[in-house]
Amino acid sequence: MNLLSPIKDHRKERHLFIGRALLASGILFILLGLVIVRLVQLQVFDHELFAVKSQGNRVRIQAVPPIRGLVFDRNGVVIAENLPAYQLELIPEQVSDVSDTLTRLAALGLIASADIPRFEAQSGSGQRFKPVTLRLRMTDEEIASFAIQRPRFPGVNFQPRLVRHYPHDELFAHAVGYVGALNTSDLQRLDPARYAGSSHTGKTGVESSFEDDLHGNAGFRHLIANARGRQIPANTTELLDSLPMDETPDPGSNIYLSLDIELQRVAFDALEGRRGSIVALDPTTGEILALVSAPSFDPNLFAVGMSTAQYDELQNNLDRPLFNRAVRGTYPPGSTIKPMLSLAALETGATNLTRKTVCIGYFQLEGNEHRYRDWKPQGHGPVDLHDAIAQSCDVYFYEISGDLGIDNMHEYLTRFGLGSQTGVDVLGERTGLVPSKEWKRNNFRDHDNKRWYDGETVIASIGQGFMLATPLQLASAVGTLALRGSRFRPHMVAAIEDPLSREKTLVEPVWLGNVGIGNELYWDNVLEAMHNVMQGPQGTARAVGFGAPYEMAGKSGTAQIVSIAQDAEYNEDEIEERQRDHALFISFAPYDDPRIAVAVIVENGSSGSNIAAPIAKAVMDKYLKYGDDAPE
Amino acid sequence: MRLSKTQRIYSSRSSGESSLSGLIRNLNIDIPLLVSLLLICGFGLFVLYSAAGESSELLINQAIRMGVALIVMLIVAQLPPDFLRRSTPWAYFGGLVLLVLVLTMGDIGQGARRWLNIGIRFQPSEAMKLAVPMMMAWYLHDRDIPPKLGHITVIAVLIAVPTYLIAKQPDLGTSILIAASGVIVIILAGMSFKVIFGLGALSIPGAFLLWSFMQDYQKQRVLTLFNPDSDPLGAGYNIIQSKIAIGSGGLFGKGWTNGSQAQLEFLPERHTDFIFAVLGEEFGLLGVIGLLALYMFVIGRGLYIAVQAHDTYSRLLAGSISLTFLVYVFVNTAMVTGLVPVVGVPLPLVSFGGTSMVTLMAGFGILMSIHSYRKLLPH
Repeated sequence: MNLLSPIKDHRKERHLFIGRALLASGILFILLGLVIVRLVQLQVFDHELFAVKSQGNRVRIQAVPPIRGLVFDRNGVVIAENLPAYQLELIPEQVSDVSDTLTRLAALGLIASADIPRFEAQSGSGQRFKPVTLRLRMTDEEIASFAIQRPRFPGVNFQPRLVRHYPHDELFAHAVGYVGALNTSDLQRLDPARYAGSSHTGKTGVESSFEDDLHGNAGFRHLIANARGRQIPANTTELLDSLPMDETPDPGSNIYLSLDIELQRVAFDALEGRRGSIVALDPTTGEILALVSAPSFDPNLFAVGMSTAQYDELQNNLDRPLFNRAVRGTYPPGSTIKPMLSLAALETGATNLTRKTVCIGYFQLEGNEHRYRDWKPQGHGPVDLHDAIAQSCDVYFYEISGDLGIDNMHEYLTRFGLGSQTGVDVLGERTGLVPSKEWKRNNFRDHDNKRWYDGETVIASIGQGFMLATPLQLASAVGTLALRGSRFRPHMVAAIEDPLSREKTLVEPVWLGNVGIGNELYWDNVLEAMHNVMQGPQGTARAVGFGAPYEMAGKSGTAQIVSIAQDAEYNEDEIEERQRDHALFISFAPYDDPRIAVAVIVENGSSGSNIAAPIAKAVMDKYLKYGDDAPE
Repeated sequence: MRLSKTQRIYSSRSSGESSLSGLIRNLNIDIPLLVSLLLICGFGLFVLYSAAGESSELLINQAIRMGVALIVMLIVAQLPPDFLRRSTPWAYFGGLVLLVLVLTMGDIGQGARRWLNIGIRFQPSEAMKLAVPMMMAWYLHDRDIPPKLGHITVIAVLIAVPTYLIAKQPDLGTSILIAASGVIVIILAGMSFKVIFGLGALSIPGAFLLWSFMQDYQKQRVLTLFNPDSDPLGAGYNIIQSKIAIGSGGLFGKGWTNGSQAQLEFLPERHTDFIFAVLGEEFGLLGVIGLLALYMFVIGRGLYIAVQAHDTYSRLLAGSISLTFLVYVFVNTAMVTGLVPVVGVPLPLVSFGGTSMVTLMAGFGILMSIHSYRKLLPH
């Protein structure tokens, strides 16, 4: 090897090497030059683009939910508010043994043992730094007992959040409704930008129909987050510079109801232990003063969330506490329609103010043996229209029903608002039903059933048969009677308040027109008869009206829900409680200057005048005394 | 051995003015090279501290590795080039044996079989980064320059065998660097351009052959290069995030430890292969060019040493080590800026990692040794 070295021409070799080294390094430096060109491209020419992309990477937008508007009664008493509640959370990455921690929490009674597998699965999936909610709302006792034990539960915290709270529990459950957790169909319906960050939405009542006003608009907060979405605390880094401005949420509007909490409570207490409904309104404006459906439920259960067992209990309860009878319950109106039919009969000439009928306790159509019974088996004797209303004689109305006809009944009852929605500002209202020949043609398939029978007209004249009405419709109708035909749309929301300026927008009464019966004599006669129901010598509810400090008018009704076989003995004791007749009562007061109209329905209450009328009077008593105290 | 004795006498005789410079000369240290390397290492530690999320543990770990690598460099610098030359076949064939052992009984990590565990875990492929250019230089040392075609064939085999064995681990990045180091020796040796261009023409079908050898993930990386947005959360993610990091750094950068892409973990592999992107984000174009300038200086100094070298072996080896270092820098920076596919090549002396640091420093030790033993032959 060494021998070969001397003969190598080192000088030539070195020159060759230098040439090649220059060439090779030249090529490589050109390549490196490409990298520098690339760097200039990225860092100088495309810098703006990448700066934006880098910003987009690190900035996370977090929605801030707005504060929901409050609901007040007409006196400013809070009916729905937002209270801080503490929820129990577990942060998986901070817990060394999730299973053990959950078992110990169950031992403390803070979570149900049955839920452990579900929470374990939630802790195992998803981002480990994202909290898993164990309990939505802890009681004060639970917070206290957990606070003592807290050192034993690293990674388990309680977090404050605002929860909708209904301080009067069951009192306004059907009127105001409740909010519940957003579900899939809510999310499809609602504007995602407004509801970003929101967890609840109004489900029923005013909470639902005024959702748009109550909710407000979400705001946005910009956060720094790392590649895995973990939020970086603001004080540990200078990365917060040049963040876009945050947008504060717009709080929802406050709502003032026309409901009066005192009146609502009286109505609620009056139906204690019963199934039924009360609607009281101011006939001169349509403002609803009280709206009760009994039995009721605690709306806080929905706002906070309840167990499946609790929900099933509410849902399967035979008394149907979740059912809003006031606007969704449809009942045969019974004799409560008699004043309206009287006006219709006078207006159409089917009867007159002097016509008398001798009531013998039943009525038969010509050529038919069927007896249409009066509620008074022995009959009322000779009665005119006034007596027929005051004593609620059925036979008088049976007799004029043929001349009046079902289509006239339909026409006039419809003018009073029966058979269609009242347009109240609460969603889910039912229309009820006022039958007509056309209705029967359109709604029955069988040829024989499509025909309207005279017997059907007879029972329609006392509000039985196909006829159905909601308590709200009856309240509105009696209000219309009180105003001699003038109709106002019933509504529950009196004013909407801007939460920031505190400026109130009043809801103006909506006049729906007049029922179109111009003869004041007719009105005088019918209203006087209603007055006599309460305070006349033979009035069906004279026991209720006796000794009242103000004048009132009303009409009882008893809706038969089981057909009694011909000539069968009516024995109340033998009839199951749930098959008894519904008791109805409509009324207004004061007689000369109507300020309140009330409709009461007590399911299976048997007697309108004995059961429903005292309830109506209790509500009117409260309101009129109350009204005297506080000038409006 | 005879030459080296002379050299030793020569060098010790010329020293003595000051005890420090004498010591440096006795230790065969090349001051310009050492200073620029220390600057790169220091800058590297600075960037690494930020890239690793301000972890001082990682920083100390890396500093210790640098210390070990510097000691290795000093030891290698004491080995005379003749000694290195005579040991070369042993190193090369020993390395080949280890590579075969790796493929048969090596440890598996990150989906590849790269490590041998004989008390300590190490990658024989790292040693081959030096052994391959040494072997090329050894083979050409006493043969005609420029080499004849037959010699080139032998050299091609000597390059191909370790390249293949390493590619099979698989470790594409290292095998490319090793092949490059060998090819650079041939070019420096003065191989005729006809052959070079001929091989260049052959590389086109060769590329297709390589493609068929590639693992799926390697093919994916190549495809991703041309269209990173086709799979933004998968294979293209690294490149997209790396480009965002560098681009958003702009001219002056976001400032040390303020790079949101790096600090918020958007940038993967930020303290290893993609640390160049952290540099670009936090120190901007100026910081990047500063580091590249330091690299240039090291390479320039290495080429200067090569030109000054006293024999063919030293000259070719020094040239190959310097230019391979340049390839190293190019492949990493081009990969991080999205110019070439992602192959696992760290940024030399800056990326976190031990083995490659030791190999690199050993290479610079060889350069220093070659420089100390120069000037024995007439120019």
